Amino acid sequence: MKRVAETLTVLVLGILVGALVMALWGRDPWSSYASLLSGALGNTRALMSTLSRSLGLVLTGLTFAVGVRAGLFNIGAQGQMLLGAVVALSCGLLRLPPGLHLVAALALSGLAGMAWALPVAALKLTRGVNEVISTIMLNWVAHWLVLYLVIQKLSDPILGQRTFTVPPGMRFPVIRGELTWALVLALATALFFWWFLWHHAKGYEIRAAGLNPRAATAAGISVKKAMTTALLLGGVAAAWAGAIQVLGRFPYAITSDLANLGNLGFDGIAVALIGRNHPLGILAGAFFFGTLATGAAKMGLRGIPIDMIYIVQGVIVVFMAAPEALRLVRLRRPAAKAKEVAR
Amino acid sequence: MIILLQVLPVALRAMVPVTLCAVGEITGERAGVVNIGLEGIMTLSAFAAAIGSWATGNPWIGALCGMGAGAIVGLLHGFISVYLRGDQIISGVGINLLGMGAVGFGTWALWGAKSPMLDKKFWIPEVPGLGISPFVLMTPLLVVLTWWLLHRTALGLRIRAVGENPVAADVVGVPVEGVRLLAVVFGGALGGLAGAFLSLDWLHTVSPTLPAGRGFIALANVVFSKLNPFLALLGGFLFGYFDALAIQLASVAGFGGGIPYQFVRMIPYIATLAVVALAIGRARFPKALGQPYRRE
Repeated sequence: MKRVAETLTVLVLGILVGALVMALWGRDPWSSYASLLSGALGNTRALMSTLSRSLGLVLTGLTFAVGVRAGLFNIGAQGQMLLGAVVALSCGLLRLPPGLHLVAALALSGLAGMAWALPVAALKLTRGVNEVISTIMLNWVAHWLVLYLVIQKLSDPILGQRTFTVPPGMRFPVIRGELTWALVLALATALFFWWFLWHHAKGYEIRAAGLNPRAATAAGISVKKAMTTALLLGGVAAAWAGAIQVLGRFPYAITSDLANLGNLGFDGIAVALIGRNHPLGILAGAFFFGTLATGAAKMGLRGIPIDMIYIVQGVIVVFMAAPEALRLVRLRRPAAKAKEVAR
Repeated sequence: MIILLQVLPVALRAMVPVTLCAVGEITGERAGVVNIGLEGIMTLSAFAAAIGSWATGNPWIGALCGMGAGAIVGLLHGFISVYLRGDQIISGVGINLLGMGAVGFGTWALWGAKSPMLDKKFWIPEVPGLGISPFVLMTPLLVVLTWWLLHRTALGLRIRAVGENPVAADVVGVPVEGVRLLAVVFGGALGGLAGAFLSLDWLHTVSPTLPAGRGFIALANVVFSKLNPFLALLGGFLFGYFDALAIQLASVAGFGGGIPYQFVRMIPYIATLAVVALAIGRARFPKALGQPYRRE
């Protein structure tokens, strides 16, 4: 409960800093936030759009979270997400029966995400290369590779500003409005991560390796294997985050500036942090940032740049780094302190 | 073959941000604090420097503004890491996100454009007679200065002591928190100078992704240098060389042959991965790196 209260305080602080920035710029922050909220949650249509946008955040949030559980700081979701999207799109070139086509696209996209995570594991475990450095480098390589494919190989011959669209048989069917059955994929993946981490021996090994690698090794757990598993699973989730942007969201293609894939990979870090690296928390965190992103797109129509939400997001992450900052402003309760000492 | 030599002048420029950030980061890490927010520090300070130059008409005041902005972000990161005993990696990621958001929002709010080009009168002029950037001359000097500070002064000894064994340093009366904070602010200021260089001297623009991963390449350079400022200068030149090669191949028609532009742009990142993977021997990092200090 204490952690939930802490997280909520951080979210409010982030929103307040955002308001301050808008006020300094001479805009009315409260009417802007009101239009953000109504744009994101005001009616069924908006809500479906927000949910649809949150799904990718769930998946990249899981990528980061499973890494943290294994003691890794895996910020490679962005590259894996881009690659997963372009591989899913490329499957549109195959001729397969509807339905099976979608499954094949997801399978290949997931494999691509794994393949992009593999060098991170190999470099870390054989050469001691820190995953922060290797994932960022691979993110940039993926960025240029996907840009090459999107512009040079997969672009729509008539509409130059995007790729071809995937055939209807490869798309997630629509539930309502913008929301498609990609919802089930995201929820099922979150459920799987929960089951795997807390109810499967391999998941237990991941958590043990992350909590105390030396104790885990002493208990006969291979920390290397646990880390590799976490990186590969994270790669699949991140790739699917990209895949569902193509298979489960308008325009069922990739725009030439990669804008419809956005910063999903990096956004996942903030999602996982406020979700405390737990699948249930991640669902809530993804909905929060999904609301911000959908609403910000509406605010953008009123002349407030979408970058606004990155300020809010950055402030939230900075505050999440320092839980003690909140304790500074709160009066210390002697009873709670005594309990801490007793423990 | 000739292109490998023609790249040299650009490589000297590309050396600057990767070296300055790495040398600043070495100082912080010697004191026990990791800062992976270099990318965000450069983004923010490039913007601050551009504002300073644009508002005063003097690019050198702009460079000072960039340095100041870097120092302030360093102060924030240092405060969180040292006094609030926060998670240094998470704070660094937050700074990177903040840099991206604040610059994207700020350039729009101020100039109504996403990546505005800076007019020539706001640029830092080249050194007269030599035709090279003053930053290229300044960088080796700052490397020597940092080495001297770390290894030949009492303060440097204290910086290394609080990173290696804060308890022992505390016992003999070194103010652990103060020394750590100072080292992180110094690192932030050098990162800020690197950011000012990006906007006022090299790229002449400001955008949310201006450093394009160079903050992280600088982190790779720290590993490569084994926390030695002189090796960081060598590493800076090495990484800068690949950066320059990509820029040159991408911008000059005919150089790259049939290689697509996007593949050329991958060179610095692949080269960084390769160099870090092949770097012989592991760097030995300070014992208390990344750990907040709690007095018993």
